Amino acid sequence: MTRTWRPGRWLIILPPLLFLLVFFLIPFAFAFKISFAEAAPRVPPFTDVISFTADHHLRIAISLGNYRYLLTDEVYGIAYLYSLRTAFFSTLICLLLGYPMAYAIARAPRSAQGLLLLIIMLPFWTSFLLRVYALEGIIRDTGFLNTMLLHLGLISQPLHIMRTSLAVYLGIIYSYLPFMVLPLFATLEKLDPTLLEAAADLGSTPWRAFMDITLPLSIPGMIAGSLLVFIPAVGEFVIPSLLGGPNQLMIGRVLWDEFFGNHDWPVAAAVAIAFLLLLVGPIAIYQYYNVRQLEA
Amino acid sequence: MERRASVGLLSVLFFGIAMLYVPILVLIGYSFNASPLVNVWGGFSTAWYRQLLHNRQLLEAALLSLEVAVAASTGAIVLGTLAAISLVRFARFPGRLLLTGMVNAPLVMPEIITGITQLLLFVSMVQLMGWPHRGLTTIVLSHVTFCTAYVTITVQSRLQSADRSLEEAAQDLGATPARAFLEVTLPIIAPAIIASWLLCFTLSLDDLVISSFVAGPGASTLPMVIYSKVKLGVSPDINALASLIVCGVAVCIIASRLLMMRSERRRALEAVEARPPGP
Repeated sequence: MTRTWRPGRWLIILPPLLFLLVFFLIPFAFAFKISFAEAAPRVPPFTDVISFTADHHLRIAISLGNYRYLLTDEVYGIAYLYSLRTAFFSTLICLLLGYPMAYAIARAPRSAQGLLLLIIMLPFWTSFLLRVYALEGIIRDTGFLNTMLLHLGLISQPLHIMRTSLAVYLGIIYSYLPFMVLPLFATLEKLDPTLLEAAADLGSTPWRAFMDITLPLSIPGMIAGSLLVFIPAVGEFVIPSLLGGPNQLMIGRVLWDEFFGNHDWPVAAAVAIAFLLLLVGPIAIYQYYNVRQLEA
Repeated sequence: MERRASVGLLSVLFFGIAMLYVPILVLIGYSFNASPLVNVWGGFSTAWYRQLLHNRQLLEAALLSLEVAVAASTGAIVLGTLAAISLVRFARFPGRLLLTGMVNAPLVMPEIITGITQLLLFVSMVQLMGWPHRGLTTIVLSHVTFCTAYVTITVQSRLQSADRSLEEAAQDLGATPARAFLEVTLPIIAPAIIASWLLCFTLSLDDLVISSFVAGPGASTLPMVIYSKVKLGVSPDINALASLIVCGVAVCIIASRLLMMRSERRRALEAVEARPPGP
């Protein structure tokens, strides 16, 4: 598209490009650099990786100690595996719960769809922290759930849900369910109804037609929704911190404690870089090829 | 899709929606509880709301959060709209793929990683050039970064569906490309820009993790104060505050939705009217 405002277009492109370059991409380079520094009692609290000596020589001091520490201290391995496991099962439950919800919305009359989507979306935009806090009000020992169950005489002792893995699962499912429903709805809504009619004409039962047609065709939505739940869930900090106990150690929480508790910024930087490479990297590459495949 | 949903499907949908809403409704109910004990109903009272007005720490944090949210959403709609124009109108330019990546990546990046990397950038910048000191400036800069991503996605889709021929007609009639854009296309994408401003405002107001990293020791945003209070347990004045925020945000979102829907309907009507009468 060769337009007359060719020189002027850089005035449009450059501001967002430069801003995101400086404040989104370049920070990763600094984090990578600082992950090779050592904690030191100064401001900022780490040693220089690259510096100039008094006689103007470039001095590069790389310490691999942080990464060695990540490999030897078992807390990081435990937290990493616990994060993966928690995110995986929460994503699975979100999928099992979100699929029928998305399916029901897709089959609802078009006039009701907009309203139903707004109802699903609204909590997603509402304060995340406050929603986790609201959930605590439900599941704590003296919370709404226990008060109700005790009142109805269904239990004689309050259920201990807080500070367990169950609380963390509930928190993640509660917080991220809308992320699963929306992309699923988007694919289910586009599904061609004549395919199902054809299957019915050829003698398929509705269940069989669902398994043979709807389910395979909705796989892109399932993948999109699962990634939208899985990625933030793995890096989740607020939920394990507010609802979990000391055993619900997730990688986001370890990073937070390393930073705010131990003031060890280089180790925190190394955790972030390792986390990025181990998790976000593969997913980003997968997404990239997925998009390219769709465009091709 | 067949316009029919079975009882089973509808009950799952209903269950899911109930699960999303019950905790918030219970919280709002508790905020009017006269008793400070959360499991005992002590009668209806607005005492906790009145108490909020006297909590200096909360008020100061709320003011800071509002300042940040206004500045960040305003910055983000400028940068995000420019990014959307670049991606939709310029088919190829050096750095296009880079811009696409940087616009989409913040949406999936775990906040904790964005937070720590941005903090390390800011402290390194201070070492190198003495700017920016941690506080309002750094919080706004990091909020603009993730908000820009949301604005770009929203404005991009509106711009893609905007009718290009109107702008071309304006240019044929002698308007400069910039003037044609400002007078013809900008009004068309304006609802998307306003809607994304409101969304950015709520996202910024809500952010805890990124702000905690980049705020530095002096500044505390509202979510940071709430988090440190909530960490100690449930407190009735936080219930009141949470109810206010949740209702305020809901109003913002519904308003932005209605705005988008109304302008879409108007455009659809205009398209119908503009169509020449059929044979």
